Amino acid sequence: MIKLKLDNVNKQLGGMRILRDVSLEIAAGEFVVFVGPSGCGKSTLLRLIAGLDSICAGDLLIDGRRVNDLEPRERGVGMVFQSYALYPHMSVYDNISFGLKLAKTEKTSLRERVLKTAQILQLDKLLQRKPKELSGGQRQRVAMGRAMAREPDILLFDEPLSNLDASLRVQMRNEIARLHARLGTTMIYVTHDQVEAMTLADKIVVLNGGHIEQVGSPRELYERPATRFVAGFLGSPRMNFLAASLHTPGASSLVESLVLGRTALPFDSSSLAANSQLSLGIRPEHVTLKAAQGTAGIAVIGVEYLGSETYVHLDTGQDEPMICRCEVHAGWRVGDRVELQVEIDNLHLFDADGTALRRHPQTLETPLDDIAQRSVRAGAL
Amino acid sequence: MSPRLLKKALLRVGFWCLIGILLLYAVFPFYYAIVTSLKPSSALFQVSYWVDNPDFSNYAAVLQQASFLRAIGNSLVVALSVVALALFLSLTAAYALGRVKFRGRGTVLMMVLGVSMFPQVAVLSGLFEVIRALGLYNTSWALILSYTIFTLPFTVWVLTTFMGQLPHELEEAAIMDGASPWVTLTRVLLPLLWPALVTTGLLAFIAAWNEFLFALTFTLTDTQRTVPVAIALISGGSSHELPWGLLMAASVLVTVPLVILVLIFQRRIVSGLTTGALKG
Repeated sequence: MIKLKLDNVNKQLGGMRILRDVSLEIAAGEFVVFVGPSGCGKSTLLRLIAGLDSICAGDLLIDGRRVNDLEPRERGVGMVFQSYALYPHMSVYDNISFGLKLAKTEKTSLRERVLKTAQILQLDKLLQRKPKELSGGQRQRVAMGRAMAREPDILLFDEPLSNLDASLRVQMRNEIARLHARLGTTMIYVTHDQVEAMTLADKIVVLNGGHIEQVGSPRELYERPATRFVAGFLGSPRMNFLAASLHTPGASSLVESLVLGRTALPFDSSSLAANSQLSLGIRPEHVTLKAAQGTAGIAVIGVEYLGSETYVHLDTGQDEPMICRCEVHAGWRVGDRVELQVEIDNLHLFDADGTALRRHPQTLETPLDDIAQRSVRAGAL
Repeated sequence: MSPRLLKKALLRVGFWCLIGILLLYAVFPFYYAIVTSLKPSSALFQVSYWVDNPDFSNYAAVLQQASFLRAIGNSLVVALSVVALALFLSLTAAYALGRVKFRGRGTVLMMVLGVSMFPQVAVLSGLFEVIRALGLYNTSWALILSYTIFTLPFTVWVLTTFMGQLPHELEEAAIMDGASPWVTLTRVLLPLLWPALVTTGLLAFIAAWNEFLFALTFTLTDTQRTVPVAIALISGGSSHELPWGLLMAASVLVTVPLVILVLIFQRRIVSGLTTGALKG
């Protein structure tokens, strides 16, 4: 069932087009993550859905009803802010109950709901505290409690974890995932952190310069990026791009590229002319290194040791070195010369505009859904 | 003693000398008023800086004057009304000017500031006409109205600045909770603005309490006068005699409440003047 629908939504602010013809459908109970570089319009999009900013053109439908002109409270949405924005002079109890009081909720059911919310978020013992007496994680939970108390159909999160330190962030991320599994509420989550996006989302929406680059499951986006932007945005270290040109177009392409030389690749390039500029994308983990003989091969110009793995930087003659993710035992050193092995199945080919060329078979062999359908979710409350 | 230590000691001495001078400059007039008020009129013209036998006859005399007590009452009513009115108006104005983005906001703010630069005397006659036209002459309302006019620019500016410093997300959170602008202002923003309100309110109170020119012009009878005018009009037995003791006793009586007020709210004022300067 479609919960929320954006239909050609546009937003302009002072002559700047912040969002351009954004169309999107979100199913009930889905966890959707908006991700993109800063200034891509993801927060604006969230604020439009919340009703904090007005939509310039296009329609926003919730449960099939056009809500463009409705007040935030009439839309049935709750929002968690980046800075939490707790009311500093109110206790946790009052913070959570503020919205309910304004909605003229009857006293006993108000108390019941606040206590229930507090219990879900493990805030029961903190109800009388003021926000300044809480830790960062607790404040975050109060902010969620405040958004949840009125039992909205849609919960919005605006970079909720960016003020927390790294370890707390991981913990809160898991709590949010558990919360979603438990409540089953539709959640929309804005972040610039791709790990949050990958781990939390049922569906990721990648935004760039005010338009949607691609919508899909984390796995679809990672393994079948539709554009070079998406390919480069998801994954760390990011995908390596090698300059290439099309030798022979066709249903299967013969591609001339740096490092790999001339290779036949299973991409459909029949719409392109010969000698078109392409770029070949290889993720760091899809490269295997072998020692080269003598002065053959490619020079290692940098090694980053991360404990669990090593990033080896190779000099391909381009501005940016090519990065390969290797096992720690491999023991590569700067100055070594190596040969590359790449799995053709894991290559990506983009045309000069950055659009990915169709690969055959286009579908992924293992079903997209299962694999890790949220390991967090399996261990839900 | 090494030159370094000597220099340090000298600087220290200089520092305390400066403080002494400042203190003398600020406190001495008031101190001398107290001393004078505690002397019987026969001892008035012997210059001394200490009172050996405090004599409270001046205070007794002042407090026995019904018109003086009446004036204190008037002053209280006027000053408190001005504070209440000015804070209410400037709070709502500050919400609009500090939180709502609209065209001409800067112009309005500059106009508010510009208006506050007119000297009192310049508007005195015009204001007098207005007050006559409104039928407020020789009532406390005349003073409340004119003081509020002169206090508002300051309070609006200070509160607008404070309002602008409150995080936007706080207001948005209230909107998401379904709060109307009025509820947002009174239940969310107002409690956070207390230090600023206390500061501006106190300053408005002091200004209204001490104001002389309007009070002299817009009131006529003893029953409507405020304290500064009442003091100025205290006269002696003949036109050649100025009752210094009485004047000083009256001045001390009307100043002490202010000093006490400031001392009570001192910490609030300081925090009010500095919050927002640093991330708090």
